[in-house]
Amino acid sequence: MSFLSIKDIYHVYFTKDSTTTALEDISLTIEEGEFISLLGPSGCGKTTLLSIIAGLLKPTYGEVLIEGKKIEKAKSDIGYMLQQDYLFPWKTIEENILVGLQIMNQETEQTRKKTLDLLEEIGLKGVEKAYPKQLSGGMRQRAALVRTLATNPKILLLDEPFSALDFQTKLKLEDLVSETLKEYQKTAILVTHDIGEAIAMSDRIFLLSKRPGKIAKVFDIPENLRNETPFDARQHPEYSNIFQQIWEELDKLETKPEH
Amino acid sequence: MKQNLNINNLHHLYLQSIKKEKRLVRFYQILIFIVFFGFWEIASRSHWIDPLIFSAPSKVWNLFLDKINDGSLFNNLAVTLFETVLGFIIGTALGVIIAALLWWSERLSNILDPYLVILNAMPKVALGPILIVALGTGYVSIIAMGAIISVIITTIVIYTSFKEVDYNYIKVLQTFGANRKQIFRDVILPSSFPAIISTLKVNVGLSWVGVIVGEFLVSKQGLGYLIIYGFQVFNFTLIFLSLLLIAICATLMYQGVELLERKLIKDSK
Repeated sequence: MSFLSIKDIYHVYFTKDSTTTALEDISLTIEEGEFISLLGPSGCGKTTLLSIIAGLLKPTYGEVLIEGKKIEKAKSDIGYMLQQDYLFPWKTIEENILVGLQIMNQETEQTRKKTLDLLEEIGLKGVEKAYPKQLSGGMRQRAALVRTLATNPKILLLDEPFSALDFQTKLKLEDLVSETLKEYQKTAILVTHDIGEAIAMSDRIFLLSKRPGKIAKVFDIPENLRNETPFDARQHPEYSNIFQQIWEELDKLETKPEH
Repeated sequence: MKQNLNINNLHHLYLQSIKKEKRLVRFYQILIFIVFFGFWEIASRSHWIDPLIFSAPSKVWNLFLDKINDGSLFNNLAVTLFETVLGFIIGTALGVIIAALLWWSERLSNILDPYLVILNAMPKVALGPILIVALGTGYVSIIAMGAIISVIITTIVIYTSFKEVDYNYIKVLQTFGANRKQIFRDVILPSSFPAIISTLKVNVGLSWVGVIVGEFLVSKQGLGYLIIYGFQVFNFTLIFLSLLLIAICATLMYQGVELLERKLIKDSK
């Protein structure tokens, strides 16, 4: 039995004058501790798929199982990180990172301390009482990571969490996230349109085609690349090789005649 | 050249220029005040304007002292202030509550939408006679006037702000499994504080309109009554006195709202 299995997902969006098939026949399984990426052009339904896995959206057809159990509603198994930090501007960093625990009624002296320790570990010591506005983009996204990890989710869903950052901050944060997730042995699904990021961070990459979103191809990242940090992986000789393969595959998808 | 760059000195000059600008603004503000009242006084005394109709600041001041001595002013002022503050609070609170209900149930909001539009378009003070008949000629109907004039527009503005909250903030809480009540308390309401504050500011003015019109109609006591009474006996000094008192009280209420704003919106600094 797989840790997370996604079975025959179809999703259709309805509007008054049209229907759009966002996802078609998506099936995949993920093992515990694995880091996978969903790579594809914008509009391929990546975020829709994440929302379905998170239990925020009910698929038109199909089901998502975590350890064999069907998910109905978002719960503590899943942590979600958005494209931007979306820290609440009226809450301090401390209040922001504890919000998940409060919503789930899990705020105890112990979980509180653990969360604040994590904040320190991630390099944000002494900003507890600051407001998000006073922090840089990278710091805010790190605080958002702490907020996501605070409730101790089994699976992390990362919805292009680095896309709003400048390149240098992005590289640093990739390393930090990758390291943190490995340390806590989290399973993660990253949604991205950045080929390099997908290669550097993941164990497997699912290439999605556009409208309707379908799994076009799966790439296994070689062992020796997986063991590197994202930054070092980018320097690895095999990196450009895979980059080339994925690039060509993406190119084929783009030029594929529309139906 | 670079060696001569004295940052402390420059900063000092910068602070001084700010201070100077501030002093200049304050000077002109006071100047306008003095010129206005001075001109009013002189124009009245030299009969450039009819002193019977336009009174004069000195007459208003004397009447003010008289009315304080016989205690009638304080009574009327207290009544109006009480009605206005209560009308203001009830109108705003009711508006926020109705907006919350509309947010809670989208269907309810769709059903009530045309009625809100009609009620908003209707001049609320026209309801005055009906309110007086229904609620009596006491302060209850005047408070109702003060409240009713602001409740619909509050509902509409606040509901719009509730709906405009960035969905991603809601999503953050939904991923933690938050229910609707938690979402309202932790996202919808706090992110609407700026909108609520700005409606409060508008409502200060509106509830004064409602209450003064209410007092015109009921004509028993209060500053609105003094204005109507002054009009009937052709005592325009009394009208000007009431007007000035209303202006002062309304300004104080507005300042109160600004104080609340600074307390409520912590991240704005």
